[in-house]
Amino acid sequence: MTAQAVIPRERKIAQRRIALTGNHAVALAVKMARPEVIAAYPITPQTPAVEKLAEYVNNGELDAEYIPVESEHSAMSAVIGASAMGARTFTETASQGLFHMYENLPIAVGLRLPIVMGIAARTYSAPINVWGDYGDVMAMRELGWIIYIVQSAQEAFDTIIQAYRVAEDARVHLPVAVAYDGFWTSHVLQPLDVPEDEEEVIRFAPITRSWVKLDVDNPAQLGAVGTPEWYWEVRWQAVEALRESIKVIEEVDAEYGRWFGRSYGVAVPYRLEDAEVAIVTYGSIFGLVKKAVDRLRSEGVKAGALRLRVIRPWPADLLRKLLGHVDKVAVIDRAINHGGPLQGPMAVEVAATLHKPVYNILATIGMRAIDSDMVYEAGWKIHKGLWAPEQAYTLGLRGGYE
Amino acid sequence: MSEAKGRFREKIYIRRHSLGLPGVKVAEEYAGLYEYANFELPQEELFLPGHGLCASCTIGVIARHMLKALGPDTVVVNATGCAEVSTVVYPRTNWGVPWMHVAFGNGGSVASGIEAAIKALKRRGVIDHNRKINVVVFAGDGGTADIGFQALSGMLERGHRVIYIMYDNEGYMNTGIQRSGTTPLGASTTTAPAGRKVPGNVTHKKPMALIAAAHGIPYVATANPAYVHDMVMKIKKAAEVDGPSFIHILQSCTPGWRFEPKYAIRVLELATETGYWVNYEIENGEFRVTIPVPKRKPVKCFLQLQGRFKHLKPEEIDTIQAIVDRDVAEINRMVGREVIGPVDPSLPCMTPRGAK
Repeated sequence: MTAQAVIPRERKIAQRRIALTGNHAVALAVKMARPEVIAAYPITPQTPAVEKLAEYVNNGELDAEYIPVESEHSAMSAVIGASAMGARTFTETASQGLFHMYENLPIAVGLRLPIVMGIAARTYSAPINVWGDYGDVMAMRELGWIIYIVQSAQEAFDTIIQAYRVAEDARVHLPVAVAYDGFWTSHVLQPLDVPEDEEEVIRFAPITRSWVKLDVDNPAQLGAVGTPEWYWEVRWQAVEALRESIKVIEEVDAEYGRWFGRSYGVAVPYRLEDAEVAIVTYGSIFGLVKKAVDRLRSEGVKAGALRLRVIRPWPADLLRKLLGHVDKVAVIDRAINHGGPLQGPMAVEVAATLHKPVYNILATIGMRAIDSDMVYEAGWKIHKGLWAPEQAYTLGLRGGYE
Repeated sequence: MSEAKGRFREKIYIRRHSLGLPGVKVAEEYAGLYEYANFELPQEELFLPGHGLCASCTIGVIARHMLKALGPDTVVVNATGCAEVSTVVYPRTNWGVPWMHVAFGNGGSVASGIEAAIKALKRRGVIDHNRKINVVVFAGDGGTADIGFQALSGMLERGHRVIYIMYDNEGYMNTGIQRSGTTPLGASTTTAPAGRKVPGNVTHKKPMALIAAAHGIPYVATANPAYVHDMVMKIKKAAEVDGPSFIHILQSCTPGWRFEPKYAIRVLELATETGYWVNYEIENGEFRVTIPVPKRKPVKCFLQLQGRFKHLKPEEIDTIQAIVDRDVAEINRMVGREVIGPVDPSLPCMTPRGAK
């Protein structure tokens, strides 16, 4: 976890080191945040997370209502209803499940409900593929959710707790998605530190109930018809809230660091200070990228890397600060932007942010494995001028562009 | 359907439905029918005037009496549809209770979440443990029988304590009178128009109350706003049961059914008087017809008042009559006596006002 601490580490809360998969780390964080209603439908690779939560509820370790709904559409609908009634909620999904609930995603935003959702990111059909890439997450970028993409089980645990604090902050009141790699994070057993005393989590992220609710003593109507005279103003408040939420996200992350000793920032730089080539990516493969950067550095190439941790709201100012001086910026995208100006969704956004062409690389599609040598080679080709910006290159595709 | 004649013969698809549901038995004879039940409704209006529903739309009648029966401690989930677009257009509202609209096909699941939240919040002391809060889904036939069917079934199967009220105007009236799963045979709709070859809708109503009853829930009823006492009593009973309840209410639609606005209640009366619509309830597995009809009027009386059936030829009306006869026979067989009587062609279609 080098270069991830934004503020000095000062451990105030006693913690213990355990080993959990990403899914179980998420479930434990959710349990410690004491949600009142959980609604979920099984889909690989997130299922172990909600299975674990059902276990917590049925063992009496978590006092919540667990609704085993009949679809993801109903999972999101049920948490929308429960959140509107004033409850802290959780759901989790992936891939086709996320797409099945898609209709309800912008509604959660428009109703300003602080729902927290986990996503064990997985690609979409067809062909059906249960393995991890970020095609599902990238398809929900435009709807107004706060979206984190995390690297490890530890970060997933920490980010779920931060997510409740951010979502329920009176300045935000927006739903939050916490995405992590299907399988490479969701199913891999990893060491992580968790607080000895669970109550610390609810002390850090108390349930605010500050959002507009269904209250029989103060009847309000949620989800009115917004005519052309009003729709835009109502929706614009969510636009402003999402934009402003970056401050709250940073504030909560920093405070989490002071409490629990770990913060991440909204984007995580690695050896970027004097970099001439930078590799931008997201999710679990950042470790491989850092290894490739080290190898490039050892061969005299001034390389660096950056991991996108919060993609909505988009941290444009920070990215310009961290990457503005870098001559060649490459983005390894883990989702396809079919027919777009660049073939990777984050490459388009990084290019628009930096006002310059970026190198557009696709990798891990449908969970095609890569290694640090492949990333190293890509960095080397970019350094040598063998690759051109704005072209799509692929890592590990048979008959691809390398 | 062997009785099918003429233009219906090729296309018609009438599903067999039967009251022979597992565990359903006939209820005991019942001293006073709800129609003459003695109860008071509060003066207080919780469904407020000034809505945008069509002239003489009976959604207003249902919503108003629903809230009079349930009182202010009620949370309403409104699926997308006529009621939703006509009653809460920002910045005005017609609801004096907390109300929520999320989407079209998820009334059942939103209500499931609300009901679960109430339970959890009561346990955590956020909501007073002794306070009874009704959760109601108010949804049309599309939001219930079609797009909302899965969410409804899930809610019923999981046993949430929710009152589901389906106002059935027999089509997608809000979007311009398209055919739904509860549109009757022969009705002309914009997606099942009366054409030279096909005479309107070729299927007959999905039996939603029986489908709900098949989930084994404690209370299911059909109701008709023309029989307000009966309808209100059923809503009151639904609120008392410990578990899900489902009430299928026929609702007349002026532009969709194409009758003169003054006939909004008349046409609903005729639905019951002809046996086209039977008001019954299934309470803890016991079946009871709550509005017996000693002698039926021909279904033609119900059909001829409405423009949507104007194109039907006599043999097509006969086919619809045969379906009504079959459904009535099924109910009588179930009850074990002729609770809905035979057709009496001598009855005038329009009973003079004041006569019963």
